[in-house]
Formats: sequence, C-alpha cells, structure tokens
Amino acid sequence: MASSNREILLDPLINNNPIALQVLGLCSALAVTTKMSTAFVMSVAVIAVTALSNTAISLIRNLVPPSIRIIVQLTIIASLVIITDQVLQAFVFDISKQLTVFVGLIITNCIIMGRAEAFAMQNPPGPSFIDGVGNGLGYGLVLMAVAFIRELFGSGKVFGLTVLPLVTEGGWYQPNGLMLLAPAAFFLIGCFIWAVRSWKPEQVEEDFHVGALLEPGHEGSLR
Amino acid sequence: MQHSTTYIVGFSLVVCVVCALFVASAEVSLRPLKERNILMDRQKNILAVAGLMTMGEKLSAEEVGNRFEQSIRPRVIDLATGEGNTTLDPNTFDQRSAARDPASSKPAPANPSKVLRVPNQALIYEVMDQGKLSSIIIPIQGYGLWSVLYGYLALSPDTRTILGITYYDQKETAGLGGEVDNPNWKAKWVGRKAFDERGRVKITVRKGPAGPPDQDPYQVDGLAGATITSRGVTNMLHFWLGQEGFGPYLARLRGAAGA
Repeated sequence: MASSNREILLDPLINNNPIALQVLGLCSALAVTTKMSTAFVMSVAVIAVTALSNTAISLIRNLVPPSIRIIVQLTIIASLVIITDQVLQAFVFDISKQLTVFVGLIITNCIIMGRAEAFAMQNPPGPSFIDGVGNGLGYGLVLMAVAFIRELFGSGKVFGLTVLPLVTEGGWYQPNGLMLLAPAAFFLIGCFIWAVRSWKPEQVEEDFHVGALLEPGHEGSLR
Repeated sequence: MQHSTTYIVGFSLVVCVVCALFVASAEVSLRPLKERNILMDRQKNILAVAGLMTMGEKLSAEEVGNRFEQSIRPRVIDLATGEGNTTLDPNTFDQRSAARDPASSKPAPANPSKVLRVPNQALIYEVMDQGKLSSIIIPIQGYGLWSVLYGYLALSPDTRTILGITYYDQKETAGLGGEVDNPNWKAKWVGRKAFDERGRVKITVRKGPAGPPDQDPYQVDGLAGATITSRGVTNMLHFWLGQEGFGPYLARLRGAAGA
C-alpha cells in the first residue's frame, strides 16, 4: 500500500490507473468522450464524488456495522451524485444537458465503490480524500486523452474550437464518423491499455480465473 | 465487533436522515437557479428559431429576457377551433402539464410520433416586427429513436413557409440523431414550404441530400446515420401541422391573411 500522500495521489494516474489497470468505469468513458468539454466536466464531477465519498465513508468507518456497510456506502455515494447533478444543472446548464443521464450513472461507476471499500474503510479521512482525488484524476486523465482524439478526428475541434476545418464548413478535413460512435472509445481505451502495459509490463495480468482472486495472498489484485 | 440489531437500525436511520438533509437542501437552495436556466434555455431556443439570435451567440440572461419581451408575444390558443383563449394566462400556462392532465387534454389517435395525449390548449408565440406579425412559433414534439424530441417550428404569417426549426430537449445519439441540434442542418429548413398550394402538409425529411429550397421546396436533407430520428421529425411535423394539432389554428391564420 502506498505510504506517503504523494504516492497515494500519483499512484492511480499511471501505475494503478482505475481504467487502464483495473478496467473500471468504462461505461461513462465510452459515452461522454465525444467532446472535451463534456469529458472535462464529467471528470471534475467524478473527482468531486470520489473525494467526498471517500472522506465521508472514512469518517464513519469505525461506526459502520459491517453487515450493512455496502448499502451505507451506496447511500452516501448516491446522495453525493444527486447533489453534484443539481450543482451542474444550476451552474453549467448547457453541459449538464449534454451529459444527460451519465451524471446520475456515476453512482454505478465501480471506481467510487471500489475506492470506498478498498481504501476509505481502512484509512483515515486525510489519505482517503487524497486517494479519492487521485483515482478521480486517473479516470479524468484517460477520459481527456480519449476525448481529445475523438473530438479532434471526429469533429475537427479541440474544446469546441476548430482545429481542422471540416469539408461541410468549407474546409478540407473529412471527419472520421467512427470517432463519434461508442466503439471508437473502446478501440482507443484498448490502445491506451496496450501502450501503458508495454511501457510497464508488470501491469500485465497472469492468466487467471476469477476464483483465484478470492484465494489467500491474492486479495491485493482485487484493487 | 458485533453490533446489536437496534444499533444497526439506528445507524442506518441516522445515515438516511443526514443524507436526505443534504440532498433536500441542495435541491431547495439551487431550485431558483435551475428554473432560471431552463426558462432561459427555452427562450434562447425561441429567439433562435425566430431568427432573433444566432445559436452560438453569447447573451447575458438580461439580454435574452429583453429581446424576448420586446418582440415575442406568447398566446394560448384552443387547438380544436384555432381561436385565441382569453381565460388562461400565457405567462403561467404549461403545455406539458396540461397535456398530462385528463381535464385539459384528450387522447390522441394512434400516430407514428407516439404522441399519446393532445392538450386542449396550446402555447404559441407570435413574433412582432414593428407592430406587424412577422412569424408564428408553434411547439412540436414526437418520438425519434430513443426519446421524445421537444422543439419549436417557426412559420411565416401565411403559414406556408418555414422560417426555422429547433429542438431544445432530446436524447438522441450524440453525433447522429443528436445532429437535429446542428446549426447547419437547422439552416437547411429556412425557406422550405410546409404546405402545398392546397393546404396539405407536404414537408418531409428525405434520405440523402435535398436540393436548394426553390427547386426542392418540400424536402430537407436527412441526417446521415439517423434514419429513424429523421423519420421522427417528418412524423411529428405531419402530426402537429395536421388536424389533430395546429391545423385549425393555421387554417384560420391563412383565412385571415387571404381576406
């Protein structure tokens, strides 16, 4: 386990990235990455929710009866997601309109429950907060990278500003429509995982079966 | 550590109450802001379809309100007769909730737009330019592929020529059906004819590109990769411009313009 706060924050960016290594949170990563502005707001929303839910859960970690801990975590996460959604609707209405249901679906994003269960339940609030921010950032990093490629090649823009003028608007660039469809995000995330694992071969999993995760000595791989 | 049942029940109660308090206070304290946003988004769409602002234009809330007050007059009309309704206040009338209330709506006949209920009254907007009616804006809604699309259609005072179309609420696939929001596509509607000379609804979204409005007045380019959304747009125009929708009102307007 990471010892210093710095490690807790930076570890989830590349070494233990929630999307690339743990392959969590893919649903929203496919859906909100056609534009950088939506991916950015989504990343900020997820960072806020993981950080706050980790802090809140860590604060009550010694009081939670183990038999109902998952449902307690879910209640807290769901409340935070509703509040985040309300804040987005109040302050960035146009983008919240584009994010539609995916803000609400942060509740089902495994990264958040995963961090609550794996980290916040065992650690004090300070490090838990940092761990939440770090994992949110790791998610956001992949989201922004995927959105950059999809927006640039799919609609010739970066953050809504035209970089490659489109043929339909009198320019020369014929956009790649595939980039705007969900499969493109699959291919890009696949390539991203491939790149990270070629760079850091220790991330490549051994051949495994699900049951192995439950055997003693392998608990760590659940993270 | 073993916990008693009372502790578990008590603990979950406390968690629920605390969470509910947070959610409720966020909802209540942010409600005015959200309502203002929704209203402004609606007004922006109406201004855009009336050609009084371009969609990319950045306007402050005040400017939107001012432009709206200045040139747009909301009116409640009775759909069946097409006459103006004087008893309902257009500033508070909510067509969507009227359509849900059995007292103020009736079931719609089976239609491809999957409109289930038609309200007895509808909220339209008249755009005034120096004291003269320059266009009328009618609300439209209907099913696309995934969702109901809500929007507005602007017609010239003789009701035949389309001056603009916009959708303010839809959940079609971004980049395909979601392109109903694309300003370039919306611009292709301007100048097409909704009705033929005999007053029949003729406008359709075709598959593939259509010619310029003077050669191809009744057809609009289809959205690439979104056949079903495109068809949904055609269906909802035929429904709302027809007898069940704004047909009687538009017929009256034509009569007034001809007289």
